[in-house]
Amino acid sequence: MSNVVAAAENSYLAAFDQPGRATVEPTPRPGWRQAARDRFAELGFPTKRDEDWRFTNVGPVARTEYELAVAPAAVTLDQLEPWIYPEMARAVFVDGHFVAGLSDLDGLPDGVRVGSLAAALEGGDVTAHDHLGRYAPFDRQAFIALNTALFADGAFVAVPAKTVVERPIQLLFVAGPGERRMAFPRNLIVAGEAAQVTLVESYVGLGTESLTCPVTELAADPAAVVDHYRLQQERTDATHIALQHYHCERAANVSTHSLSFGGGLVRNDVWAVLDGEGVECTLNGLYLTRGRQHVDNHMWVEHVKPNCNSYELYKGILEEQSRAVFNGLIHVHPEAQKTDAKQTNRNLLLSSDAGVHTNPQLVIHADDVRCTHGSTVGQLDADAVFYLRSRGIGEEAAKSLLIYAFARDIVDRIRLESVRTDLEEFLFSRLPKGEIVRQAV
Amino acid sequence: MPSTATETIEQLASREYQAGFETLVEQDTLPPGLDEDVVRAISAKKNEPEWMLEWRLAAFRHWQTLTEPTWAKVEYEPIDYQAISYYAAPKKKGDGPKSLDEVDPEILRTYEKLGIPLHEQKMLAGVAVDAVFDSVSVATTFQSKLAEAGVIFCPFSEAVQKHPELVKKYLGSVVPPKDNFFAALNSAVFSDGSFVYIPKGVRCPMELSTYFRINAKNTGQFERTLIVAEEGSHVSYLEGCTAPMRDENQLHAAVVELVAAEDATIKYSTVQNWYPGDPETGKGGIYNFVTKRGLCAGDRSKISWTQVETGSAITWKYPSVILRGNDTIGEFYSVAVTNGRQQADTGTKMIHVGNNTKSTIISKGISAGRGQNTYRGQVEMLKGAHNARNYSQCDSMLIGEDCGAHTFPYIDVQNPSAQMEHEASTSKIGEDQIFYCNSRGLDEETAVSLIVNGFCKEVFRELPMEFAVEAQKLLEVSLEGSVG
Repeated sequence: MSNVVAAAENSYLAAFDQPGRATVEPTPRPGWRQAARDRFAELGFPTKRDEDWRFTNVGPVARTEYELAVAPAAVTLDQLEPWIYPEMARAVFVDGHFVAGLSDLDGLPDGVRVGSLAAALEGGDVTAHDHLGRYAPFDRQAFIALNTALFADGAFVAVPAKTVVERPIQLLFVAGPGERRMAFPRNLIVAGEAAQVTLVESYVGLGTESLTCPVTELAADPAAVVDHYRLQQERTDATHIALQHYHCERAANVSTHSLSFGGGLVRNDVWAVLDGEGVECTLNGLYLTRGRQHVDNHMWVEHVKPNCNSYELYKGILEEQSRAVFNGLIHVHPEAQKTDAKQTNRNLLLSSDAGVHTNPQLVIHADDVRCTHGSTVGQLDADAVFYLRSRGIGEEAAKSLLIYAFARDIVDRIRLESVRTDLEEFLFSRLPKGEIVRQAV
Repeated sequence: MPSTATETIEQLASREYQAGFETLVEQDTLPPGLDEDVVRAISAKKNEPEWMLEWRLAAFRHWQTLTEPTWAKVEYEPIDYQAISYYAAPKKKGDGPKSLDEVDPEILRTYEKLGIPLHEQKMLAGVAVDAVFDSVSVATTFQSKLAEAGVIFCPFSEAVQKHPELVKKYLGSVVPPKDNFFAALNSAVFSDGSFVYIPKGVRCPMELSTYFRINAKNTGQFERTLIVAEEGSHVSYLEGCTAPMRDENQLHAAVVELVAAEDATIKYSTVQNWYPGDPETGKGGIYNFVTKRGLCAGDRSKISWTQVETGSAITWKYPSVILRGNDTIGEFYSVAVTNGRQQADTGTKMIHVGNNTKSTIISKGISAGRGQNTYRGQVEMLKGAHNARNYSQCDSMLIGEDCGAHTFPYIDVQNPSAQMEHEASTSKIGEDQIFYCNSRGLDEETAVSLIVNGFCKEVFRELPMEFAVEAQKLLEVSLEGSVG
C-alpha cells in the first residue's frame, strides 16, 4: 500500500480519537467500536485490485481530508423544502445527527419508535441494543468498519408486532453546509412480526464535497411487510458510499427501490439475506447519470432457506462521461430448494464517452431451483426512433419518449404515489423534450 | 423420481473410466524438477536453435516472478512444480518414425483402443491426425496430401526446424510468454504440439486433428499449438484428449494460439476427456490449465471455438477471441460436464476492438454428483468498437443435490453503439419432462439422455460429425448421474 493512502487512513483513525465523538455501543457487543476501528486500520481502503472495487476508485476519498461533523450544522426547514414530502412523518438528520426541530413525527401508532438511534441506545431500548450490529459485520468491508467506528447517530425505526404504520416515514439525511464534511449515519430499522411500514430514506446535500457513508440494517421479522425507498439526491460533487443490509425472516415481504440521480461518486452495497421460508424480496433500482458521475451498485442476495423468491431489476441511463457499475450475485445455499430468483440489469448508453461494467453472477448449490439473470447494454433502437418519426414526432422528442419508456418500467413499480410522481417530474425535467413526453403520456 | 431410474443412471454413472489403461513403452524421461538446466535440456533434446532457447529462458525467468492465480472457483492441493517431470518421450528407434511401420506397435494399439483412426486406410473419413504421445508427436498422417495443397501440418518441434521464420513470426504473438502463470510455464517447458499453416486462399482439404494422451507417471504435458490461417483460407481443427488412470494428479498446461488474417476462418473443436479422478474420493485426475486465444487480425476473419469438456479433475480454461479486424466474428460454443468431484471454471473472453464485430457465446454447464461447474466470461467492447454486437447465453443444469453451478459474466461496454445481451438460467431436469417422455413410452434412461442431449444440442450442432457422435457418447457415460 502506498504511503499516500496509509497517511489518509491515519487521518480517519485520528477522527476516532477526536474529542466529542459519540462512543455509545450496543450492550451485547462490548468493545464493538474499538474492534471496528482496529479492523479498519487492518483493512485500509479498498483499491482497484480488490475484486469488489475493480471499477470504483476510492483513492480520492482516501486522500481527501474530511472534517468529522461532531454536531449538526445549522439548517432551516426552508432549506429542506424541495426534498420534503409533507404528507409523510419525517425524521431529519443533519451530518448524521438527529434534529428534532426539523422533524415531524406525529400521527404514528402507539409503540412505534422513530428517531435518534443514539438516544434509543442511551435510553436502553432493548430492540436497538439487540439488533444493532447483528447484520452488517464490519470485518467484511472497510467502509462498514469505518461507519461502525465513527458513527454518531442515525435513524432508529422500530415497529411492534402486528402494527400497521399507515403514514409513510421519511428519513431525510442532509449533508450540512460547509466544505468537505463527513458523516457516518447508522440506521437501524426493525419491523416486528406481521408489522407493516413504508420508509423513504433520502440523501440530500447543502455543503460542498461532502462524504456520506451510511450503513442501514433492516430486520424484517416473520410476515413483516416493508417497503423501502432510497433516494440519492446529493450534489454532484458529493461522495456517497453506502451499505444496506436486509435481513428477512419467514414469509417477510421486503421491497426496495433505489433511485440514484445525485452524487459524484456513489457506491451502494446491498445485502439481502433470505433467512426464513417463503420470503419475497424485491430489489429495484434506477440510476440516471451525467457529467462525470460514477454510480456503482453491488448486490448480494443470499438464499439461505427454501421456497423464497427474489426479484432484482436495475436499469441505468447514462449520459456524457458518466460510468455505471453493476455487480449482482445470487447465492443459493444447499438447503434453499425451490428458490425462484431473477436478476436483470439493463443499461442505456446515450453518449460515446459513457461506459458500463455489468457483472451479474449466480452461485447455486441446490438443484431444484429456477435462477435466471440477464444483462443488456445498448442504445436506443433506431427502428423505434424511425417509427415514431414516421408518425410525425420529432427526432429529439422520439428519443425522449423512448428513454422515458425505458425508465417507466421502474416508475410503474413504485407503489408510493408521491415518490412516483416526483420521479416522473424529474424525468420530464431531465429529458430534452420532457414537456412533449408529459403531454404524450 | 422413481428409484428405478436413479439406479439405472447410477449404474451408468459408476461405469469405469474407459480410457484408463497404461501403455508400457520405454520412456525417455527427465527427472522431476524445474530449473534453467531443465529448460536447456528440453531445448537441447529438441535440437532447437539458439533463439528458441532464449525465448524459453526469458519465459522461465518471468515465470519465476509469478505466483499461481487463485481467483478461479476451484479448490485443489498446492502443486509442487519441482515434483513434476517436464519431459517424457517414447524412446526412438533411430531418428524417429518416418512412417507408421516405425511407430512402436504398443503405442499404435493404445490409439486403437481409443478408437483413433491413425492408419491411413482408416482415414477415408478425411481426418489427418497429428498424434502427440506424452510429449512428442509420434506420427503425422496425411502429410503428403496436405503438402500438395501447401498446408503445413506438423509437430511443433519439426516446425521449429523447418519453418523457423513462421514460428518466429507468430509464436507468442497471441499469447505472449508473459501472459499468465501457466502460459509462462508452458512457454518455458513446452515439449511439442502441433503447427498448422494454411497459405493464402487455401481451403484445407480435410479436417485436421490431433490427439493428446498423457501416459507416463508424474509428467506434465505442455503442448503448444499454433495455427496460422493466411488471407482467405479456411481450416477446421479437432483436438481430443484422454489420459490413463493415476492416483497422482497430473498437470496439463497447454497454450493454443490462432491467427486469422483477412477473410480467413478457423474453427477449433475440442473434446476433452482427461481422467477426472476418482469420483468418490476425488483422488487423482488431470489438472487442465489451458490458455487458448485466437486473434482475428484481418478484416472479416472468423474464429470459432467449440468445446466439450467432460474430463479432468480441474478445468481452468477460457478460449478467447480478440476481434481486432473490422467485421470479424468470434464464436464460443461449450458444453462442460462435471460429475464426481470434478471442478470446472471455464468460459471465454470476447474482446471487441474493430468496428461491426460480432460475438456469440453459448455455454451449457451440467453439474452432477458433487461437481462444481462455473462459467466465467468476459465481453469487452472498447471505445473504438462501433456497432459491436454480442449475444451470450449461459445455461446450467443441475442433477443431484450436492453439485453447484455458478455464472460469472463480466461485461464492459465503452461504446454506445454496441449492443450486448447476456442471459443465464439454471434449472434441473423437470419431473414433468421425464413424465412426458415416460408417457410416450421412453424409459427413464432414454428420457434423461434425450433431455440432456436436447439441452446441449446448440453446441453439438457446431461439432464436426464424427466428434458430435463421440461427444454424445461421452456425455452419456460421464453425465448420467442422479436425476432429482
